[in-house]
Amino acid sequence: MEDMIKTQNLIYSYDEEDDEGEGTFNVVLDNISLNIHKGEFVAVLGHNGCGKSTLAKHFNAILLPHSGKVYVKDMDTSDEKHIYDIRQNVGMVFQNPDNQIVSSIVEEDVAFAPENLGVPPQQIAERVYNALETVGMTDYAKSSPHMLSGGQKQRIAIAGVLAMMPSCIVLDEPTAMLDPKGREEVISTVKRLNKEQKMTVVLITHYMDEASQADRVIVMERGSVIMDDVPKKVFSQVETLKEARLDVPQVTQLAYELRKCGIDIASDIISVDECADEIIRLIGKKQNN
Amino acid sequence: MIKTENLNYIYQKGTPYESHVLKDINLHIEKGDFVALIGHTGSGKSTLIQHLNALIKPTSGKIIIDGTDITLPKTDLRLIRRKVGLVFQYPEHQLFDETVYKDIAFGPKNMGLSEEEIKERVYEAIELVGIKESSLSVSPFELSGGQKRRVAIAGVLATKPQVLILDEPTAGLDPKGRDSILNRVKAMHEKTHMTVIFVSHSMEDVARIAKHVVVMNHGEVEMTGTVDEIFSHSKRLREIGLNIPQITQLAIRLAENGIDTGGTNIYTVDHAVSFLKGLLQ
Repeated sequence: MEDMIKTQNLIYSYDEEDDEGEGTFNVVLDNISLNIHKGEFVAVLGHNGCGKSTLAKHFNAILLPHSGKVYVKDMDTSDEKHIYDIRQNVGMVFQNPDNQIVSSIVEEDVAFAPENLGVPPQQIAERVYNALETVGMTDYAKSSPHMLSGGQKQRIAIAGVLAMMPSCIVLDEPTAMLDPKGREEVISTVKRLNKEQKMTVVLITHYMDEASQADRVIVMERGSVIMDDVPKKVFSQVETLKEARLDVPQVTQLAYELRKCGIDIASDIISVDECADEIIRLIGKKQNN
Repeated sequence: MIKTENLNYIYQKGTPYESHVLKDINLHIEKGDFVALIGHTGSGKSTLIQHLNALIKPTSGKIIIDGTDITLPKTDLRLIRRKVGLVFQYPEHQLFDETVYKDIAFGPKNMGLSEEEIKERVYEAIELVGIKESSLSVSPFELSGGQKRRVAIAGVLATKPQVLILDEPTAGLDPKGRDSILNRVKAMHEKTHMTVIFVSHSMEDVARIAKHVVVMNHGEVEMTGTVDEIFSHSKRLREIGLNIPQITQLAIRLAENGIDTGGTNIYTVDHAVSFLKGLLQ
């Protein structure tokens, strides 16, 4: 499969000085080699401070590696001549919607990026319309962003990225500040982008139920990748995840506890439907005995 | 402990931006209760809690805290704010002092307490939130996100409020940080019997620690009741932009398939385990 983003032995560290002026070396990303394929939906999990946001910022050259390489569609991010190309290919959405909105009218906000890319006005209008339609916010084109809900604002932020027509979108905890409905709106928008437009998606999140909907889950701990597999395989390792200060979806936890009680329930349950089906099957089996 | 009578708040009254944020709120919160306040973004939760320690004055209606009507013109608001401690969203952004000790001591110091009393309160507060004594001399900015938040909460606890209000205390924390804050708040409530009100978007958290739930929708109180009562209205909760815990969704699915979930609401994993164990073993 073709790679969208590739990191090779990526190392990133902060230099710190203590009170005595002694320098310490704080390694944030420790030798990360990853390939994110075109069209993939990847979730990144890890506790606060594990390096996931730092990794994401390498994906569009906001940060550059101290050693190792990051390639976006085979373009080296440390090569300055690629920087505009890279940023146009990989769009980012951050946690706080209020920090990402630049204009007082929704459609102008969405037009900000293509305007800066020097896209002809006629095409800008088309791109803005398409982007708003994709996120389901066409009715709000003339509204003022500050009057919108958190979920709506995040969808505007996503539309702003889409108007650049990127091939990959990186979202850093986009739902952390949203209510359940807002979270649902954002996640279903992201899933639709991935399924219908084959957009590569990297989603950083603390919500296990969101991660369980991805094609692939990467778990980070202390700057390293400790797990990288399909959601079912990752979430069946309940103990490893808990050691990494993480959690599993409630139904996965339930199956895990039941297995500990000697009940022969599948260990790779990650959704409500699967869990209900499995319990119904077990009850049926018991009644037949 | 807290009572509101026909509380109304109209934002920018008389301008084109006028909006009726709180509509006839009648609440009654008993001393020692543990209340979760839930509702979609913009439902008025934060506006409501800011009324409870007189940061905002109502357009009409009464707010009675511990027998005092705080909407009367001559009320001593400082006294009210000592009684009702408010922890904002992302409270760690409000840390400012050189050391953890000084930061926590800021509140009691402003209350004019003696050095001895201040020290006592700081130590009591860090014990409640689980911050080590050795951290007192470090800069609050050197701590992790979860620790910073606990220091910020300790700063409010050091003023010894009778009511503690927390606005989304777990927002932005990782699962471990989330659990640790919730467990601390719960333990603190059990120890001090302080009245606690917390705003949350996480139905799992609400199910785990609250006794009562107040549900807001478009500036009105949609329903109030025990956790059991509230989560039995799953359909309505979804209509108003909320949700129910994943484990409760499972229980509903099972009930739809003719599996008797005992007529009780299942809303924590522990509860589901003990119920299904009996059924499957």
